[in-house]
Amino acid sequence: MTTEQTSEQPSTGNSKPIIEIIGMHKWYDDFHVLKDINLEVQPQERIVVCGPSGSGKSTMIRCINRLEEHQRGQIIVNGTELTRDLKNIERVRTEVGMVFQHFNLFPHLTILENLTVGPIWVRKTPKKEAEELAMHYLEIVRIPEQAQKYPGQVSGGQQQRVAIARSLCMKPKIMLFDEPTSALDPEMIKEVLDVMVDLAREGMTMIVVTHEMGFAKTVADRVIFMDFGEIVEENEPNAFFDNPQHERTKLFLSQIL
Amino acid sequence: MSESTVRIEEIKPPSSDVGMIGWVRHHLFNGVFNSIATIVIFGFLIKIIPDFIQWAFIDSVWFTSGKECHAAQGACWSVITQNIRFNIFGYYPFEEQWRPLVAMIILISMLVYSRDWNRWNKMLGYAWALSLFIMGVLMKGGLFGLVPVESTKWSGLPLTLLLSFFGILMSYPLGVVLALGRQSRMPVIKAFSVVYIEIIRGVPLITLLFMSSVMFPLFLPEGVTIDKVLRAQVAIILFTAAYIAEVVRGGLQAMDKGQYEAAESLGLNYFQMMRLIILPQALKIVIPPTVGILISAFKDTSLVVIIALYDILNTTKSILTDPEWTGFSTEAYIFIAMIYYICCFSMSQYSRRIEKQLEYKHTPTQGP
Ligand SMILES: Nc1ncnc2c1ncn2[C@@H]1O[C@H](COP(=O)(O)OP(=O)(O)O)[C@@H](O)[C@H]1O
Ligand SMILES: [Mg+2]
Repeated sequence: MTTEQTSEQPSTGNSKPIIEIIGMHKWYDDFHVLKDINLEVQPQERIVVCGPSGSGKSTMIRCINRLEEHQRGQIIVNGTELTRDLKNIERVRTEVGMVFQHFNLFPHLTILENLTVGPIWVRKTPKKEAEELAMHYLEIVRIPEQAQKYPGQVSGGQQQRVAIARSLCMKPKIMLFDEPTSALDPEMIKEVLDVMVDLAREGMTMIVVTHEMGFAKTVADRVIFMDFGEIVEENEPNAFFDNPQHERTKLFLSQIL
Repeated sequence: MSESTVRIEEIKPPSSDVGMIGWVRHHLFNGVFNSIATIVIFGFLIKIIPDFIQWAFIDSVWFTSGKECHAAQGACWSVITQNIRFNIFGYYPFEEQWRPLVAMIILISMLVYSRDWNRWNKMLGYAWALSLFIMGVLMKGGLFGLVPVESTKWSGLPLTLLLSFFGILMSYPLGVVLALGRQSRMPVIKAFSVVYIEIIRGVPLITLLFMSSVMFPLFLPEGVTIDKVLRAQVAIILFTAAYIAEVVRGGLQAMDKGQYEAAESLGLNYFQMMRLIILPQALKIVIPPTVGILISAFKDTSLVVIIALYDILNTTKSILTDPEWTGFSTEAYIFIAMIYYICCFSMSQYSRRIEKQLEYKHTPTQGP
C-alpha cells in the first residue's frame, strides 16, 4: 500500500491533520446514521463531542478506529486511510486508544495483565518491560496499588482509570473517549475527569464524547454538536456555550445546563 | 423465621429448626407432597435393601466355577472373578496383558497428577507427550523388543479408555474451531461449519461408526486399508466435535460485545483476541454442559460393538455367551456399571475441580 510510507512519518505539529474525515456516510441497513461528516483534527487538539442520545456520536468515533465500517467518504488516521485492508486497520488501532462507557476491562485478567496484554502481543514488548510500563501508567492514573487485583474487585471509577491506563500502555497518538463517566456514580466522576485533564495537559490528541460541560470548558479546543447524524455546529468552547448559533444547539444546551 | 416475634433476646433459633430434627423436617417432611414422597421412598428402600444384601453378600458366591454358581442361591460374582482378565483385556495376547495394564496405570496417574490447574505448564506438556509415546509403544509393540500386537486385538477396558481419551482430547479443540467457524464472517468457512455441525448432529453415532467401518473402505483404492480402531476413533471425534461446537457457540454468544471491542481497539488480531480474551472466558462459562457431552461421549464408545470392536461392554457380552456363565448377566453388568460409574463420576469431579480453581483465581488473596 502507498499509505505505508506516509504513516511512518512522525506527526509533528506542522498543522497536517492527524485525523481527516471527508464526506463520510454510514448506514445501519436502511437507517442513515451518519450524514456527510467532515472533520479535521490537528495533532494535540482536544475535541469534545456532544448531542442528544442517538444522534450518532458513538458511531462516529467508533468509525475512527473501525469498530464500525463507514460506507461512503474517507477516514484518514495519521496518514493511513481506513479501508477493508486488515493491515491498515490493525495499524490504525495501535495508534488510536479507546475508552468505553462500560470500561470493558478483561475480567479474567488481573489489572496488571489487562495493561500488559496489548504491549506484549501487539507491540511485542518483553514481559518485564511491559510490566514496568504498566506500573508507570497505573501511577499516572493513581492506582498502582491495585495492580494484582481483578477488575471486579475495584470500584467503577478505578476500573475506568485502569481502562484509560490500558489504552495508554499502547502509546497511542490519539485517544477516543465514549462517554467515559456516564456509567459512574457521581462521586467517582471527578477522579476520572482529573486523569483526563492531566492527559490533555500532556498534549494528547483527544476526542471525547461527553456531557460534562465543565470538562469541555476547561480542556476542549473545539466543541462539536451533533444531531440526527449530522455535525450541526462546531466552535471553540466559550463561543459554543455562550453564543450558540443554531436553534437545535440552543435547545440542547437549555436541556443539559 | 416466624418465631422471631416471640422474644427478641432469643439468640438460638428454635430447636425444631436446627440439628437432626430440623434437618429432617426441612428436607424430608417439608409439605404434604414431600412427606408422602419420603414415606413411599423409605417404604420401598426398606423392602428392597435387605433382599439385595441377602442376594449380593450373604447368599453369594465369589470364586467358584459356573456349575457351582448355578447351584447357589445368591449372586454369582464368580462370573467376574473367573473371567476378569478377559473382561478387562479381551483378546489382547494373554502373556502381554501387563502392557495395557501399565499403559492404563500411566494414563490414570497422569490424569490424576494433572488435576491441579496450576500444575499445567510446559513440563507437564512434555511429560504428557512422553507418556503418550510410551503408552503407544506398550500397546502396539514392535519397539524395544516388545512383541507387536495388532490393533484388532486391542479390546476391553484399554480400548474403551483409548477411544474415550482421544475422542475427548481431539474433539474438544475441533469443536472449538467449528464453533469459531460458525461465527466466521467468511461465508465459505461459515457455511462449511454450519453444514458439518447440522449434518453430524442429525445422524446417530451408530450410523457414523457403521459408515466408517463399512462404507468408507469402499472409497479407498484397492489394497489400502485404514486401521479399524482408528476409523472408529475418527468417527467418535467427528461426532463429539459437532456437539462441543454448539455448546461453545453458546458460550461465545454469552460474551459481552464490549470484550471484542476492547480487544480489537487494543490492536489484537483475530487469533490473539480469541485466544487471550474471548475463549478463556467463553469456555469457562460452558464447562458444565461441555462435561455433560464428554461424559456421554465416554458412554457412547460402547457403540463400537456395532463394528465388531470389543470394548469392555462387548467383552462382557461374549463372556455371557459362554454356556458356563449364561444367566449371570445381572452380576456382570453390575460390575460394568460400576466401572462406567467410576469413570463418569471422576470426570465430573475432575471438571468441577478445574472450574473451581479457575474461580479461585478471582479471589483477592491470590498473587501472581
Ligand atoms: N448496531 C446497530 N445497528 C442498528 N442501529 C444502531 C446500531 N448502533 C446504533 N444504532 C442506532 O444508530 C443511532 C446512533 O447511535 P449512537 O451512535 O450510539 O448514538 P449516540 O452515541 O449519539 O447516543 C441510534 O439511533 C441507534 O439506535
Ligand atoms: Mg453513545
